[in-house]
Amino acid sequence: MAEVTIRVEVNGRDHEAVVEPRLLLVHFLRDVLGLTGTHIGCDTTSCGTCTITLDGRAVKSCTMFAVQVDGRSIRTIEGLATDGRLHPLQEAFHEEHGLQCGFCTPGMIMAALPFVESNAEPNDDEIRTAISGNLCRCTGYANIVRSISRAASTMHGPSYAGPTASALEPSARD
Amino acid sequence: MPVFGVPVKRVEDRRLLVGDGEYVDDVRQAGALHVAVVRSVYAHARIGEVRTAAAAAMPGVVAVETARSLGPLNGPFPHPTWFPPAKALQDIIHPKLRPEVIRLLADDKVRYVGEPVAIVVATDPYLADDAARAVEVDYETLPVVVDPERAAEPGSPLLNDDWGDNLAAHFVVDKGDVEAAFERADRIVRQRIHLPRSTPTPIENRGVVAVPDRRSGGVTVWSASQQPHWLRDGLERVLGIPGDLIRVVAPDVGGGFGIKSMVYPEELIVPTVALRLDRTIRWTDTRSENFVAATHARDQIHDLEIALRADGTILGLRDRYFVDAGASNVECLVCPYNTAAHLPGAYRIPAMRLECLTVLTNKTPNAAARGAGRPEAVFAMEGILDAAADALELDRVELRRRNTLRADEMPYDQGIPYRDGVPEILDGGDYTACLDDAIAALDLGALRRPYEEGARPGRLFGVGAASYIEGTGVGPYESALIRIQPSGRVIVTVGPPSQGQSHETTFAQICAEELGVRLEDVRIVQGDTLALPWGGGTIASRTAVVVGNAIAAASRGLREKVLRAAADLLEVAPGDVRIEDGRVSVVGSPSVGMPLGQLAARVAPGIGRLNEAIGPGLDEYDGFQPPTVTYANGVHACAVEVDVETGSVEILKYVVVHDCGRLINPMVVEGQIMGGVTQGLGMALFEELVYDDDGQLLNGSLMDYGIPRATDMPPIEVHHRETPSDRNPLGIKGVGEAGAIPVPAAVISAVGAALRTVGAELRTVPVTPARVLDALDAASARTQPVEARA
Repeated sequence: MAEVTIRVEVNGRDHEAVVEPRLLLVHFLRDVLGLTGTHIGCDTTSCGTCTITLDGRAVKSCTMFAVQVDGRSIRTIEGLATDGRLHPLQEAFHEEHGLQCGFCTPGMIMAALPFVESNAEPNDDEIRTAISGNLCRCTGYANIVRSISRAASTMHGPSYAGPTASALEPSARD
Repeated sequence: MPVFGVPVKRVEDRRLLVGDGEYVDDVRQAGALHVAVVRSVYAHARIGEVRTAAAAAMPGVVAVETARSLGPLNGPFPHPTWFPPAKALQDIIHPKLRPEVIRLLADDKVRYVGEPVAIVVATDPYLADDAARAVEVDYETLPVVVDPERAAEPGSPLLNDDWGDNLAAHFVVDKGDVEAAFERADRIVRQRIHLPRSTPTPIENRGVVAVPDRRSGGVTVWSASQQPHWLRDGLERVLGIPGDLIRVVAPDVGGGFGIKSMVYPEELIVPTVALRLDRTIRWTDTRSENFVAATHARDQIHDLEIALRADGTILGLRDRYFVDAGASNVECLVCPYNTAAHLPGAYRIPAMRLECLTVLTNKTPNAAARGAGRPEAVFAMEGILDAAADALELDRVELRRRNTLRADEMPYDQGIPYRDGVPEILDGGDYTACLDDAIAALDLGALRRPYEEGARPGRLFGVGAASYIEGTGVGPYESALIRIQPSGRVIVTVGPPSQGQSHETTFAQICAEELGVRLEDVRIVQGDTLALPWGGGTIASRTAVVVGNAIAAASRGLREKVLRAAADLLEVAPGDVRIEDGRVSVVGSPSVGMPLGQLAARVAPGIGRLNEAIGPGLDEYDGFQPPTVTYANGVHACAVEVDVETGSVEILKYVVVHDCGRLINPMVVEGQIMGGVTQGLGMALFEELVYDDDGQLLNGSLMDYGIPRATDMPPIEVHHRETPSDRNPLGIKGVGEAGAIPVPAAVISAVGAALRTVGAELRTVPVTPARVLDALDAASARTQPVEARA
């Protein structure tokens, strides 16, 4: 199969790679770029654990080929925290116990990212609809909904100017 | 500063939130080869020739293996998870048991769709997949049996020809004089109850990476496993090398729920072939493979009879039930006997006769999943109570109240043995208060009003409740190794791994509390057979109880060592030393003392002064062996609305009142309960694996098999009650499975109550619209309310 050269920006870095046309985007991210934070949970585009953003929109990366992202811009879970500071979504999932095994979490957060960026005060139904393409088998979703709601408040709050510092140390004083 | 019982945030979150989790498919090893598995497409067939030459010649292919090519390496071996039950139990129930074997690859025949027949090893997963499609298998199909009752009849197709029948296990459990109970009953009610087959569906599938260790002749294996130590033991037998040379690691695991507590053929093949080829080999399950080749759940048929007085008092119970084990009864009596042990549940039942037939069929093996026989037991028991209430024209909840054990009856001997052979003595809890609190929390007056006032035409209202007990914290044993480092860090090493249970937080809380150190200084090492060679697995709601108390025991022992060492150095009596926030000091003179790390350095061998009374270093290894299980309990209640036009069911409110003893971390406990309830709601509302008569799974994908989404969830309330267990020093009971156990029973009770208001009857799940409409049609009740609306 003729291989194809693609250029793609991932988490702010430019990459050039030679790929087979049939290579799925999720395998490109995981196996070529080594970004294993994006997970694979099914083979029917049902579970959403492979969700990334492509030019700012949430996309299931198992349902695209790597060649389709030539010239485009991708963000994965690894691109969210900056300078050791967690993104408000990551911080909120920690604060609200929005994860247990953590396997669906990167996809869940990346599905929520464009949603919270464009919704200042989403209600619970809107949040649930926004993540209805992402499956979680551990949490029962309630704490995920709370996490996303909390992140929206933070990101649209008066004092927010980008990712915040987070004390992720467990504290008995919580 | 106390940390036990406090909802501290999780220690393990950060790596998982930034994409630094290391699940088995993230384990990177240079030069790894990839495995693709060729699986049976038939449910029952003799295997003729397996033609591999074309596949072997394809690009990137390094090896193609079949049962024949592996020869004696292929087995059969005794099945690594088939353990006969405790002798004490066998001496009481005298079960008939058929030992199971495991083959790496199917040899003479296949017994279910999805069974591994051959593997292709290639340099790239895509090339391995390509070549797997080129392997040709000659099958001679055999008659298929998918119905367990038919499988138990003479003349059925046989899974194992040498057995002569398909009965994998059979036993009877007796309590009291059940014949007499039925003779003096005012009313006898019979009901058939079926809890269908489902699958736990962790979002991470299975996976294995095996790296040969040339220096030792051993192998390192990463597996998405709840049971790395059992896998190590299985590999010891299969590979024929000492277990200490086999290092099995469960890294971050993306959910388990029982499906990862088996030892699978794939977990044995990959290390076997890695050693044979002397290459690193990896295999990652696809979801499609997971649906047919990872174990399924539930699938029991119960024929129940209950003897009652006119006032609803239970006099006796008979149950004859089939467990459809699928093609191999891989866990012996785990689910079959758990069901028997939990059938009486929270109820007072003077006489019982429970007969279990565990039967093989041509379906994927069926084994433990969150609850492991308990959701089945509760579904059966609560189902016969619903039928009894209907027959006696009593309120369904009131019948339960009359038969629920009271707090003043505790401890209560259920009169049958638990699975460990120890008498099933319920060790405390206020079961009736749980029921009353759950019903009160529903706030039925407000929920019911719109229906009473006619404001919801065409909608039926129903209430249901179901209780459960759960034997938690099963032994036999767990241990913990705790070491205080000169840095002041405390390393706690335990056996069982986490699949989301928050071990790194809750175990650290126990150590911090018992030892007197800061939570952030405690590190938990888990799920690595080299780090700790013993572990019984993260299963059966056991790790908080058994590992937790092992950590407490080792922490207390280490605390004594610290006090003695500090007393020696500070030249005071041990009773005059205190430990707080990672520092030892003299009571009354807090400035006289030192950090624990400094103390560790002072007594470290080779560095400091060896205190012969306490030995080298501040280390302690200890364990905990529970006398038997400790019984958690609870009640779930819900109110539902049924739309008679569409058949859809909406859960208006769902309430959990549960008691798992002392809470280590209320936030984590609530998370476990919420997740369990959600899995239970999946069984209640959506999930059923459907096989056709040829043994083909008809809905083996996440497009066809619906698990709950965020938009499917009702409002759920969780109320904790804390009755400390007196069977372990920490007073805790397990909670991992509890959330899932009574959900199908509570939901069907509510939906059934709603349908009964128009004369319709429904006693099985999932309560899909089609099933609800069928029930309404059968009662000819469907058109009436709709016309009445018009």
